[in-house]
Amino acid sequence: MKVGGRLKALWEYRGFVLGMVARDFRGRYLGSALGASWAVLNPLAQILIYTLIFSQVMQARLPNTRDPLAYSLYLCAGLLTWNYFVEVLLRSQTVFLDQANLLKKVSFPRVTLPSYVFLSASVNFSIIWALFLALLLVTGRWPGWALVALVPLLLIQQVLAVGLGLILGVTNVFFRDVAQAVGVGLQFWFWLTPIVYPVSAVPEVVRNLMAWNPLYPLVASYQSVIVEHRWPVWSDLWPVCVMATVIVGVSETVFRHLAGPMVDEL
Amino acid sequence: MSGELAVSGLGKSYRRYARPWHRLCEWAAGGRLVWHETFWALRGITFSVASGESVGIIGLNGAGKSTLLKILTGTTQPTEGQVQLGGRVAALLELGMGFHPDFSGRQNVMMAGQLMGLPVREIARLMPEIEAFAEIGEYIDQPIRTYSTGMGVRLAFSVATAARPEVLIVDETLSVGDAYFQHKCIRRIKEFQEAGTTILFVSHDPTAVKTLCGRALLLDGGRLIQDGPPDLVLDHYNALIAKREANQEILQAEAASGRMTTRSGTFEARIAAIDLLDADGRPARAFTVGERARIRARVEFTSAVVAPTVGILIRDRVGNDVFGTNSFHVAPIEGTYEPGEEMTVDFDIQLNLGVGSYTLTAAVHSDATHLASNYDWWDKVIGFRVLPGPEPPFVGSAWLPVRLRVERHARMVTSGQGGGGERA
Repeated sequence: MKVGGRLKALWEYRGFVLGMVARDFRGRYLGSALGASWAVLNPLAQILIYTLIFSQVMQARLPNTRDPLAYSLYLCAGLLTWNYFVEVLLRSQTVFLDQANLLKKVSFPRVTLPSYVFLSASVNFSIIWALFLALLLVTGRWPGWALVALVPLLLIQQVLAVGLGLILGVTNVFFRDVAQAVGVGLQFWFWLTPIVYPVSAVPEVVRNLMAWNPLYPLVASYQSVIVEHRWPVWSDLWPVCVMATVIVGVSETVFRHLAGPMVDEL
Repeated sequence: MSGELAVSGLGKSYRRYARPWHRLCEWAAGGRLVWHETFWALRGITFSVASGESVGIIGLNGAGKSTLLKILTGTTQPTEGQVQLGGRVAALLELGMGFHPDFSGRQNVMMAGQLMGLPVREIARLMPEIEAFAEIGEYIDQPIRTYSTGMGVRLAFSVATAARPEVLIVDETLSVGDAYFQHKCIRRIKEFQEAGTTILFVSHDPTAVKTLCGRALLLDGGRLIQDGPPDLVLDHYNALIAKREANQEILQAEAASGRMTTRSGTFEARIAAIDLLDADGRPARAFTVGERARIRARVEFTSAVVAPTVGILIRDRVGNDVFGTNSFHVAPIEGTYEPGEEMTVDFDIQLNLGVGSYTLTAAVHSDATHLASNYDWWDKVIGFRVLPGPEPPFVGSAWLPVRLRVERHARMVTSGQGGGGERA
């Protein structure tokens, strides 16, 4: 099936995709007394830990700033978006195996599965990000118009995550080693991205290496928007755009050729 | 769109890799390396079904029925060949797929309906009917985990059949609860049938196929071996079962008791092994009348032998020779075989034998008969049985394919021509 056909099938099955997202969300809090409030309480706790613990208890400071909250915001800007990226990646990677029973027994467009996983992760991210923005507003650190830059930034990140997730998800069905390798790889990736430390803290050699890390310019842009209220340096984002496009192209080919044979391996 | 179904040259193969990294190597080599075994679950299937026809699909376990259904429902893609379907296919194979126990019946109905590709509005419209058919009352708004097994199945069946499909695939093993609901389900399937839905019914149960279907397909070993009226196909199917049982029985007895045989000869050439194989090359000891068989003899040479002859002889239960021949008459073996050399000889024959038990004798000798110089004469190496096949009943020790032609002549010569007819 070509891309067009797949998008059409996706549109026809939008009810199923949205139903799966809703089921995912509700299923998590089903039977709990507080219900959907947990969806807010959980990320709220996360944000509070990052902000209170680092700014008040550990007195962590960013270089060249006096703002006691600067480091916390820096951390949140990188970590929340990184978590979103990883959630899409890891869940796409296992979605075909998780839904093996359905894939083997029922005929439906397979593209609906990665789509629902992506939307589901996006719902979670929206909640925590909304809380984070509320915190910025309350503490008087609202970045203003620079926030608009988040739209293209997140878009690039999503394209990257979905494309990569699709490749991993399909290949993982054939080689379960993929999941293991990704687990190891993500740890390196996380520490090779300036999320918990400022980029000035790493030696020149490592910084040159980071130029190859597609997430580095993205994370750096989030941080500059949130912490310094400055627009991103758009020219730094060209390489990651190209990389995201290539990955989406590869994922398209992988999916077209392997989505069918994949079912026989489940 | 009205439910015609056309399948042509359909085949499905699976690749078997001894180790997961073998596949990786194949991928890396970009097709220049073949490191897998290909296993055909289905091959060369061609048939078509007219709109509104009901067709039974029968076959032993592993015959390829499930693979065929998977291809028809679209969950797996065929390796070769084409499927043309006129309209929506619904499958009653496994009910309740995609049901989540923690959600209410109503929510699950929405989900299952969407999974079938029905728009939300359509499901909402069908909801009252689904509820009514399932007869689960207030439970529709309770989580599915509180349902009894019967209730869950009833609800699942109701959703699956809420909208009339153009093609309906029904698995006989489908259990839909108590007798009352089962009747209700059959009635619904019959309603679909009358409304023009094409039905494919997968079953082991001869009576069910006879009552529901006007035609049957028989699959065996991944191939479509018969397509015709249910009576005829079911007879063939029963013969297949009988054959497989007899095969097992004889092979087991052989393995348990060893071959009770007599051997004589000079053993300058020695029969190392004799095997009786079916058309697919598997060892077989039971055949249907007229089936093709291969008798394979492996001969070892202990001395130099010039132009050896390998022969076979089939005898009936009481020891009468039924058929025998040898390589001297069929295709002479030339040249000299040195000590230590081996040869394999295959006799491909059609077993046009009557129903009964037979034995196979094999020999290696020189010239036309074993009287000149007998290297190895192995009496009654293998016993085998011939069972009735799809041919009309007959008696005797040979099957002679027969055609019947009847011409009716009127008694009064003046009254003109009489009726005539021909039957094969």
